[in-house]
Order: sequence, then structure tokens, then C-alpha cells
Amino acid sequence: MSAPPGSETALTAADPPRLGERLRAAVQTRAFLVAVVVAVLVGLYAGGVAAGASAEHLASLTAWGLMLGGIIALGSIGLTLVYGVLKFPNFSHGALVTLGAYVTLTVMALLPAGRALAPLSFGYELIVGVIVAMPVVGIVSLAVDRVVYRRLRRTNAHLVLFAMASLAMLFLLQSIIYLGWGPEFHFYYPGRPNPALALPFGIRVRADQLFILGLGIVLMFAVAALLEWTRMGKAMRATADNPDLARIRGIDTERVIAWTWMLGGALAATGGTMYGLSSQLRPEMGFWLLLPMFAAVIMGGIGSAYGAMVAALIVGVAHQVSSSFLNPTYGPAVAFVLMVLTLIIRPQGLFGRPEG
Amino acid sequence: MSQVIVLKGLMLGVALSLIAMILLPPGRRGRIAGGAVLGLGLGFGIAATMPPGYLAYLISFLVMASIYAMLALGLNTQWGYNGHLNFGVAGFFAVGAFTSALFTIEAPTGLAAAYTQVAFGLELPFLAGVAAAAVVSGVVAFLIAVPVLRLRLDFLAIATIGIAEIIRLVFQNERWLANGPQPLRGIPQPGRCLFQSARCDWLPEWALWLVEPLGTRDYNAFYLVIVAVFLAATYALVERACRSPWGRMLRAVRDEEASAAMNGKAVAFVRIQSFVMGAVIMGIAGALYAHYMVAIDYAHFHALFATFLVWIMLMLGGSGNHRGAVAGAILVWGVWSGTSFLANALDPVLAMIHADMAGRAHYIRWLLVAILLAGVVLYRPQGLLSEEMRVSRYLRDGRGR
Repeated sequence: MSAPPGSETALTAADPPRLGERLRAAVQTRAFLVAVVVAVLVGLYAGGVAAGASAEHLASLTAWGLMLGGIIALGSIGLTLVYGVLKFPNFSHGALVTLGAYVTLTVMALLPAGRALAPLSFGYELIVGVIVAMPVVGIVSLAVDRVVYRRLRRTNAHLVLFAMASLAMLFLLQSIIYLGWGPEFHFYYPGRPNPALALPFGIRVRADQLFILGLGIVLMFAVAALLEWTRMGKAMRATADNPDLARIRGIDTERVIAWTWMLGGALAATGGTMYGLSSQLRPEMGFWLLLPMFAAVIMGGIGSAYGAMVAALIVGVAHQVSSSFLNPTYGPAVAFVLMVLTLIIRPQGLFGRPEG
Repeated sequence: MSQVIVLKGLMLGVALSLIAMILLPPGRRGRIAGGAVLGLGLGFGIAATMPPGYLAYLISFLVMASIYAMLALGLNTQWGYNGHLNFGVAGFFAVGAFTSALFTIEAPTGLAAAYTQVAFGLELPFLAGVAAAAVVSGVVAFLIAVPVLRLRLDFLAIATIGIAEIIRLVFQNERWLANGPQPLRGIPQPGRCLFQSARCDWLPEWALWLVEPLGTRDYNAFYLVIVAVFLAATYALVERACRSPWGRMLRAVRDEEASAAMNGKAVAFVRIQSFVMGAVIMGIAGALYAHYMVAIDYAHFHALFATFLVWIMLMLGGSGNHRGAVAGAILVWGVWSGTSFLANALDPVLAMIHADMAGRAHYIRWLLVAILLAGVVLYRPQGLLSEEMRVSRYLRDGRGR
């Protein structure tokens, strides 16, 4: 455990700083972390060029990376809010993402099939599905909180028990998904053609991907506005900052926590549906996204929704660009490397404030 | 009694004695003798009365339960005694299994090489494979420990779950390494030749009659003895280590890091030691698993089977208590195996709910163990056997938590 930065400055007042201390002070800055992240991204592009990827291909990969980043961002906003407010890593968030995708699928099966909204590949029923899935997943995550986490909060349980309970909930929700929908892959529109648009600079993306990116950006701004300007958003930030102080100032923290779960669940459902639209639905999809989401949360700074959004885009781009020379299934590993680098250099992330 | 029953009873009895010695209450004089009598009695009794099919099931159950007990012991050194929130047990388990497999397997040649690719196959004996598994798993743990153990508890949990997933990805994608994603087959089993019609060449003439009636089907009983010996040795080792000053230091670092540091303990180094030691035990468990299964692939090391179940075992048994870890492993593996019968029974019920749901009943097992862990966390976080906060066996003041 490294000493909090405050104590170092106290030391340096008495002693001239030693080389190690000065080095650490220079390394643990935001600027150095940004430099390292940029270096990693440049390295990934260089790796792609070295592997013989064309500029057009790399540009397309970047566009796909931004799209994936939008999906990761939708998942990680809820994760970072819960992490900030309740102070534990919620492993079951991955299962909420999956659940959202499958609820959308079920709703779509109940609706009469409509025509595709060209050039997009999906029709109105997917949009209805998402709108239904958002509150459903929000309520599920709220129910899990009521049954499990609230009891732990009441007994002032250690962080470890929260983490373990969330691991249990991850497997509980995953088993329910397996029971309800089976282990097979599903598609929202099996066999529907989905041609890529030819954009300038030789970038080839599908209209759906642009829609996902657009929706991600819109929702990110909506969340930012919510946090910045509404009463509940301010209460959320206050609770994340200092729950005791928030309570003293008359904020009903339990209500804030409930809304945090609702918001996190709803965004996870959207992220899951978008991920399902861009590839396919499988019961482990959320677990697969868990590592990139945590990477975004930690890189952005725990509790910082904006940080998570920016970091998610970085993680998404790094993830996709690395596939130009690595096996694409190693994507989570690239996210993991970024996460560990952040933890080593500056555990409070790009936008977090120093601890202590 | 026929000779087969006597031999099987003996093997089962030895294994059960070792397990019983672990599980009997400690500090009593007759623990070892009592365990031996109880185990041998049970072993011969079961071998004599139980139909062969059930006996084979019991033996394979005990093998897996013992392997899981080793994993739980490894996790207990990390989490129970030193507070590492390691959610990546599966990673070290996989490293141990694949290492031992590669060290003992015969590198395929000719036509077989087109179907099975391995980085190397050294054809070393079983014990060398286990030792290699322990070393490699320890080295991997050390490399991970240096950057990651300085982190906060919750970061460690995220980092380890990531590492385990990446290790699994490596064994899934890298064909040259261990034939991924295809299973790695043909892992040799120690002493297998005793049970084959062509007996081992090292076996002296006079001993031939002894193993004469045994067939390959009886092999698992012999393997159970090996696993039980490893389990008992590991238990004795960690129990001794954790009762020593070293163990007290681990607990001091876990509970009062600042005061441990003030008393001159190198906190970071202590944390690395316990992490590596736990990983070594997990690696050995992986080796035992590989030689038991004969064929392994990346899918065996899913977070559910190799991390989640182990955590439930340790939490239910009691973290910080080695006896509890072993008891929890046997109990939870019993629940897990038992629910497979329950799941079969529930299949028609599910089919009545919806036609698609028939055949998915085995996912109910996941549901049940997840609820089990949530229940333990909510209602009895200290587990069945809680940690003994004892300083020395010479002090009578042994207060429980």
C-alpha cells in the first residue's frame, strides 16, 4: 500500500526529497498517466502497421473501437456510480448487461415484426424492447440490492463480503439467464443482411454501429446532465463523495442508492442490447465485458461518470486496434493491461481525486 | 472376502484415514490413531458391502473433493491468513494442470503431431510434473504479486479475476502451447501400469500375485490414495506453517498492517510470500487434477468451477481454519454432486413450464450454489468452523471469535 500523497509532502518539508520520492511524485501524475496511455495506443497502431494493416483498415478499426467504447461506457457508468456510492466492485454488473440484452430479445419476440428502418438493420421492435428492458433490469438490480446488499449495509459489513455477495449474484443471474434462454447463441435478426456503408477515407462501418455510437453519446450526455443539474444527480455525487456528510445534509442516501441502481441497471440494459445488436447474444457476453468495464471504471477514476465514459472510449479503441495484430479474443487482455498500468501509475485514475 | 475387495478396502481405508485425521477435532491425543481406525474400518466396510458401481462413484467423488480441498487450503493461506481477495483461483489451477501435463506427456510424433500440438513433452515422471507445476505456478504468482499486491483489496479482486480469464484465453487460443482449444489428451497416470494386463516392469516377481486380480477400473482407488497423501501432507504443512511465528506474522499483517510494519515486519514481502505459497498449493492441485482427468482443456478452468466453488467451500467451512476449509470442500462438493441428481429429478418439472427448458435443469445447480454463497455471506460470514484466534498451544486462553 503506498502512502497517501499528502504525507509525502509533509515529509519533504523537513527533508530534501530523495531520488525515489521525487521519481514517484513525477510518475504519479495525471500527465504521466495520459502519456503512458497515449504511448500504449501509439504502440498498438504501430503494431497494426507492422503487421501489415492498411491505413483504411486501422481507421475502420478505430471507428469500431469508438462504437465498442460506447457500449462499454454504457455498462461502466452504472458500475462506476455503484462503486462510488457503495464502495465495492459489483461483479454482478456483467450479468445485468446480459440480462438487458435477453429481456429485449423476449420483448421483441412478443411484438409483431416490423420493417427495418433502412439503412439500419433493425425495426421499431428493438427500440421498444430496449425501452422495456431498461426499467426491468433496473428493477432487478434494485431487488438484488434490497435482498442482499442492503442487509450487508445494515450490518456495516466489510467490503469483502459485498464483493463476494456480488460474485454470488453474478452466478445467480447468469444461471437464471441460462435457465431461461439456454446456452445457445441468439440473434435479434437472424439472417438479415446488414451491409457496411462506405464512408470517406475508406472507413467501412455499418449503419447500426453509427447508431450505437450516437446513442451512446446521447445517453452519456443525458447522464452528465442528470448528474450536473438535477437534484437527484447532485445527491448522487454527494453520496459518492461522502455518504456520512450527505446524510447530515439531509440527503436520503437509501433513496439515492435505489436510484443509482435503477440508473445503472437501465444503462447496463442498453449497453447489453447494443452489444447484442453488434454481435450476438450469449449468456457469457456480460462476463466477457466485465474486464473492459472495470478497466474503464478504474482508468476513469472510481465514481466519476465522465471519467468512465472517456476511459471506455480509450479501452474500446485499444481493444479493436489490437485485433489488427493479435487474436481478437485477447481484447480483454489489452483492457486489462491498461487497467494494471493505471493502478500502478495512478490508482485514482485519470479523473479521480487523490485519496486520503 | 475376495482379494479385490481387500485391496480396494485397503486403498479406500488409507485415503479415508488420512481425511479423517484432518477432520477429527485437533488437539486430542487420539487424532491420528482414531483417524486410522475409523478410516480403515469405514474403508473395508464400504468396500465389502457397497455395489461396485456405487463404490466407483464414491471414489471419484472423494478424489474430486480432495482436489478441491487442496484448492481451498491454498486459498485459505492467501485469503484466510493474509487477506488476499484472490478471485483468480482458476488461473493458478490451470497453470498447474497444464504445466504438469506438458512435463509428463509424450510429445506426439508423425501423424499424431498434426492433431495434437504441444510446446514440449518431456515424459518426466509424475512427481517431477507435480514439482514443475508447483514451481511454475509459484513463479506466475510471484510475477503477478509484485505489481498487484500493493493495491487495495478490491483492486486485487478485479485484477485476479482478470488474470485468471487471460490465462484461460491463452490456453484457449495458443495451439502451439497445449493444443488449445482442443483438449490435451494422453496425460499419463502414475502407477497406471499396476492395473493393466501388462504389469509394470519394475514390479518384482513375488509381488505380481498381489495386484493380479486388479483391473484398470480399480485404478481410481489407487489415485485416491495419492491425492489423499498430497492433501494430508499439504494440510500438515500449512497447519504447521500457520501455527508458527510465520503464521502469526501473516495474521498480524492481515489485521493490523500498520502495527506489523512498526514491529519490523516487511509487509509487502510477507504478502508476496503468502500469495506465492497459496498459488503453489493451487498449482499442485491443478497437477493432481490433470493426471486424474487424463484429458484437459481450457473449458475446465471456468471461473464457476475453479474459483467460485472454491470460495464457497472456504466461506462455508470457515476462512482462517484449515480444517474448516477441508470440511467445507467435502461438504460443498457433496452438495454440488448431489444437486445433479436433484437437477435430473427436476427436468420433467421444467419441461412442464416450457418445452424449451427441458435439458437446462443442470443450471439449477449454479442457482443453488449461488444462493448458498449468498446465504453464507449474509448469515454466517465466519463459516461453520470459525478461525481459532490462538496465539500458542501453551496458553489456555483460546477464545473463538
